[in-house]
Amino acid sequence: MSDNSSQNVINIKTGLAEMLKGGVIMDVVTADQAKVAEDAGAVAVMALERVPSDIRAAGGVARMSPPELVQQIMDSVSIPVMAKCRIGHFAEAQVLEAIGVDYIDESEVLTPADEDYHINKHDFKVPFVCGAKNLGEALRRIGEGAALMRTKGEPGTGNIVEAVRHLRQINQDIRRITLLDDAELMTEAKNLGAPFELVKLVKKDGRLPVPNFAAGGVATPADAALCMQLGAETVFVGSGIFKSEDPAKFAKAIVKATAHYNDPRAVLEASKGLGEAMRGVAIETIEEGMRMANRGW
Amino acid sequence: MKEDVTIGVLALQGAVEPHRAHVEACGARFAAVKTPEAFAQVDGFILPGGESTTMLKLIENFDLWDVLAEQFRAKPVWGICAGSILMARTVLNPAQKSFDLLPITIQRNGYGRQLDSHYDLVDGYKVSFIRAPVITEAGPDVEVLARQDDVPVWVQKGHYMASAFHPELTQDYPSPMHRRFVDLVRKSA
Repeated sequence: MSDNSSQNVINIKTGLAEMLKGGVIMDVVTADQAKVAEDAGAVAVMALERVPSDIRAAGGVARMSPPELVQQIMDSVSIPVMAKCRIGHFAEAQVLEAIGVDYIDESEVLTPADEDYHINKHDFKVPFVCGAKNLGEALRRIGEGAALMRTKGEPGTGNIVEAVRHLRQINQDIRRITLLDDAELMTEAKNLGAPFELVKLVKKDGRLPVPNFAAGGVATPADAALCMQLGAETVFVGSGIFKSEDPAKFAKAIVKATAHYNDPRAVLEASKGLGEAMRGVAIETIEEGMRMANRGW
Repeated sequence: MKEDVTIGVLALQGAVEPHRAHVEACGARFAAVKTPEAFAQVDGFILPGGESTTMLKLIENFDLWDVLAEQFRAKPVWGICAGSILMARTVLNPAQKSFDLLPITIQRNGYGRQLDSHYDLVDGYKVSFIRAPVITEAGPDVEVLARQDDVPVWVQKGHYMASAFHPELTQDYPSPMHRRFVDLVRKSA
């Protein structure tokens, strides 16, 4: 370690997120699914006991996955492996760090363990990704030490509308800040409920201080292309792949559409001959209390 | 010798954009390239950091292997981390296909997983090792430009260069590695 250098380096935790850009991160529940994801060109996998749509259907309390499952998935692929812990459940995060996962998702997909406090992510060496609906939420998580952000979307629905809402909201919030006078920034920080130093950084750079990925409801190649064109730098796909008719084909197609998101002909090619996408859920049919995006603050 | 060169960063996936400021600080043009038409326009390639398994799958799934192999024969190439794996003659952990541009053997994730990622100084410049590979063997005709703990981390042979670490994440422009590579491209163009 040579931290005595004065050169300004992108944080090593955020550095891994840089390596995942332009890719697709897929939810998997078995080692076999992890292999399918890797073969299709996923940049990383999220090791889970159940995909979000099954968590939604099962009800009850959703917790961290069993360590054996995470370990099996880590042993089966050479790409990075992420795993989820409950919001505020720092002991689950400690267990995941002890297993040696490459990234922890402090996720609203699981049942929150703490309704007031998120994990102090600075305490960990392993990097964290967190979800956000707007800029204030994103900057609070970054203030707590998150190295990567993603939209919350509405997981397990196969409905892209919430992810689009969150991407657009974050983009609009950032654009507004870049137009503010320096004297107006503290009030903006107060209104956003965001750390002042981070608000200043957003004004200076015109973007989030860490990468921003899309998640929550991606089900088709065109969904992935939509998120990328709205400024997401990588796409998480949860239930969309392994709840589709032909997961291997869907996985490859979503990877292709993400890599060539701004080339409609490539997205067209990727969209052909896929069979049925996962069955979707209209957001308004989900009771307010069952919406995962409302978990956390 | 050509002063006005374009450096193409293979943009299928990975850390592409961070190279822009380094390349431009060397007075060269930056291009993110992912199609055969775009490959033909550049004077040298950077194979960026990212996930080597993913890049390999994308190159194969998108039918780009032959066109890239052809491009690499004629132009300078610099592979970083995942990119260096694509350039190696032999890849371990697991074994995988590569372009065989440099007579080196490389072990993927040789330093461990993300928890073993770290910073270090190379040539007085702060660089990041992120799930980095280890160059376990380098042929006798390979020039070792830097070592860490006796292990080569920056190597070159002819117009091919590889580094196990990332200089592009350091926001002090340009890095000595970018300067060396752009010079190489200028001399070759």
